[in-house]
Amino acid sequence: MAAEALGWWGVPLAVGAGAIRVSTPFLFVSLGEVVTETSGRINLGLEGTLVMGAMSGYAISFYTGSPWLGVLAAGIVGSLLGALHAGICSLPKVNDIAVGIALLLFGTGLAFFLGTPFVAPQAPNLPSIPLGFWSDVPQIQAALKVNVLFFIGVAAAPLLAWALRNTGVGLMIRMVGDNAEAARAMGYSPLTVRLWATCFGGFMAGVGGSFLSLYYPGSWSEGLSSGQGIIAVALVIFARWRPMYCLWASLLFGGAGALGPALQSVGISQGYYLFNAAPYVLTLVIMIIACSPDRTLAGAPGELSITK
Amino acid sequence: MSDAPGLEVVGVTKRFGDFAALSDVSLRLHPGTVHALLGENGAGKSTLVKCIMGFYHADAGELLLDGREIKVGNPRDAQQAGIGMVYQHFTLVPSMTILENLTMGLGFRPGRIDWKVERAKLTAFLDTMPFRVPIDRPVSSLAAGEKQKAEILKQLYLQAKLLILDEPTSVLTPQEADEMLGLIRSMATAGQLTVLIITHKFREVLAFADEVTVLRRGKQVGGGKVSELSVPEMARLMVGDQASRDHAGREEREPGEVMLALTGVQALDDAGGPALQGVDLTVRRGEIVGIAGVSGNGQTALVEVLGGQRRHQGAVTVGGEPFGATREEIARHNFALLPEEPLRNACVGRMSVGENMAFRSFDRAPIGSGVWVKRGALRRHARDLVERYNVRTTGIDAPIMTLSGGNVQRAVLGRELSGEVDVLVCANPVFGLDFSAVADIHGQIVAARNRGAAVLLVSEDLDELLELADRILVMSGGAIVYETKRESADRQSIGLHMAGHA
Ligand SMILES: Nc1ncnc2c1ncn2[C@@H]1O[C@H](COP(=O)(O)OP(=O)(O)OP(=O)(O)O)[C@@H](O)[C@H]1O
Ligand SMILES: [Mg+2]
Repeated sequence: MAAEALGWWGVPLAVGAGAIRVSTPFLFVSLGEVVTETSGRINLGLEGTLVMGAMSGYAISFYTGSPWLGVLAAGIVGSLLGALHAGICSLPKVNDIAVGIALLLFGTGLAFFLGTPFVAPQAPNLPSIPLGFWSDVPQIQAALKVNVLFFIGVAAAPLLAWALRNTGVGLMIRMVGDNAEAARAMGYSPLTVRLWATCFGGFMAGVGGSFLSLYYPGSWSEGLSSGQGIIAVALVIFARWRPMYCLWASLLFGGAGALGPALQSVGISQGYYLFNAAPYVLTLVIMIIACSPDRTLAGAPGELSITK
Repeated sequence: MSDAPGLEVVGVTKRFGDFAALSDVSLRLHPGTVHALLGENGAGKSTLVKCIMGFYHADAGELLLDGREIKVGNPRDAQQAGIGMVYQHFTLVPSMTILENLTMGLGFRPGRIDWKVERAKLTAFLDTMPFRVPIDRPVSSLAAGEKQKAEILKQLYLQAKLLILDEPTSVLTPQEADEMLGLIRSMATAGQLTVLIITHKFREVLAFADEVTVLRRGKQVGGGKVSELSVPEMARLMVGDQASRDHAGREEREPGEVMLALTGVQALDDAGGPALQGVDLTVRRGEIVGIAGVSGNGQTALVEVLGGQRRHQGAVTVGGEPFGATREEIARHNFALLPEEPLRNACVGRMSVGENMAFRSFDRAPIGSGVWVKRGALRRHARDLVERYNVRTTGIDAPIMTLSGGNVQRAVLGRELSGEVDVLVCANPVFGLDFSAVADIHGQIVAARNRGAAVLLVSEDLDELLELADRILVMSGGAIVYETKRESADRQSIGLHMAGHA
């Protein structure tokens, strides 16, 4: 390996590059979930949606030869799963968390079942933009290959933040999420708004999943997701339901996820699995810090079942 | 802005299951008048106006607006017909500013909102109003009075011509209430508004209403011009001919030993700021200590500390022993608590009235035996309390959240006072209650004191404190800033200390 060329500089470089690569699914899932949760619903089934997105995106890319069609298909499958979640939650006396867990298991199970034929074949992957063209160090070139989806995600964060403050749709989502009674008194239908918000969350999670199978790691297998869908939901709480914070938090989690491989690349393989656990440890630490008995979670939508 | 409409409600009936919350209620609002709707807690007042607003669908009856029949399927229809309502609880979205709330009320436009234009529109409207409200702060950071004003402004901004107010003044100071009702009164006189107002305060009816209608147990039992009715007549219509209960008068007695003591108690509020900054107080057996203060000066945190809901520093002792509000300590010291918003702070809304009433005693004889709960004993206990405390409910199996506000209050007070009581803490115990319930509950509190309980009464209503308390402490900025005995209490100096001017 060319690690010698950079020496210890390889670690921050690998962590940075990893942050960009690993963070993309986090970013998509969490941005979608921000919208869903802002509307007053929590969808814990996004892990299932993510895996379904990964599988269907891969399959469509394999059949059509176009990875972008795969991304679109993943998004559509994701929004269908979101609609399913929202539809079940619209029934009286249904708890969104329980439905989410059921859909998590349903989504992953279904994806494994339908996805067996696609484990072996190689589908066309998403292209990336070589931002490292100016350098001749191969590691820098490799590190600066950035997928287009990452840029879309990065652009989506401020766009969502803006839309939640400055558009009628955004304000309506915040209304039903913070005080459904008030929204109803104004003639808005919380169930309908939540249906669309959950579909949007599902779409984004599906797209996030297609990134896994179509770019990094770039193939379909049952062990593809390591809980990104679940972590991203926790990340939303950490990000205080703000899209821009989701971006930073995703990068942080992505960097943590890249720590193990980065250290390995400079020859530190001791404690590899321990470093790989970094995102999970980070999740725990963050949840403990974020939850204090003395304070309510600032920024939490009032109708959310976990904070109510 | 002119032509206030007239509204006729004809023969409205509304059932919840087998229970008729309204039976055949009719009512006529004349254009440009203020019409008061009176009735005991649970009489069906809120249900009636929710039927008018399309929140509930009446089982029978019709609405005539200016003589023409209208169908109101949902609140949006009502709004389009020019009917607006201020609810018993707040309906502004807490995380949004007044500007955002009011703009969204105007109707749904999916795309970009031009805040410059909206702001200009709203400011121009506010300039014609006698109230000032900050339009750029999140509603959650506003005081109760400001929120209530904003609710009313919202309806006027949405061009409501018929305004329904469900107990709009319970969260306001008397001055704020007068100011607000005065404005509405003058708009009605000018023919811009027709108003239907629900209130428990006869004073407001006499001062601001033209006509009244009285409901009792879901039936319309009388009404007429305010000028032709007296307060005793209205009161008799409300409660019927039932004999008024005798209430314990206060016995003269010397306070006994100290039962409840706080020394240097400090606590933080939800945002992490200081809520209590070193509170010292003692309550003795057989005395009622009143805590006066403008809301938001730490009273809520004080009650939460005593109820074990908020972490604190400093010492709280009950009967001379440190008190941490554990279940065992509460039982040992016969500690009773009636917090504010009891539905939120002292009940589980979806559980039945009977179960909620057993929260203090389900693990003790006669209801609990070993690990079992005896349903029979639980039901007997609940039926007995419902009877004794006059709780109006469809049955002890009804979820407690379906009770009217006043009846939740009575149910919780019944639970807390049912056993022996050595220490009683009450926060705004008669908030939103009708006059007979107020008398009932005040009677219960005085009776507990006469039996030797140490009572801490936190209230925003100075009249209530002056009537009940043996000593009054004034709380301001999270500390006790003034103390006075009942005999020497004087409104002026209490008011000054409440406002933080002394
Ligand atoms: N959703 C519901 N389901 C079942 N019963 C209900 C429901 N809403 C109200 N009730 C019952 O209808 C009756 C009338 O309630 P309502 O809230 O109209 O009383 P109210 O006159 O407004 O009393 P208050 O002065 O305490 O506000 C009460 O006995 C209540 O228990
Ligand atoms: Mg009511």
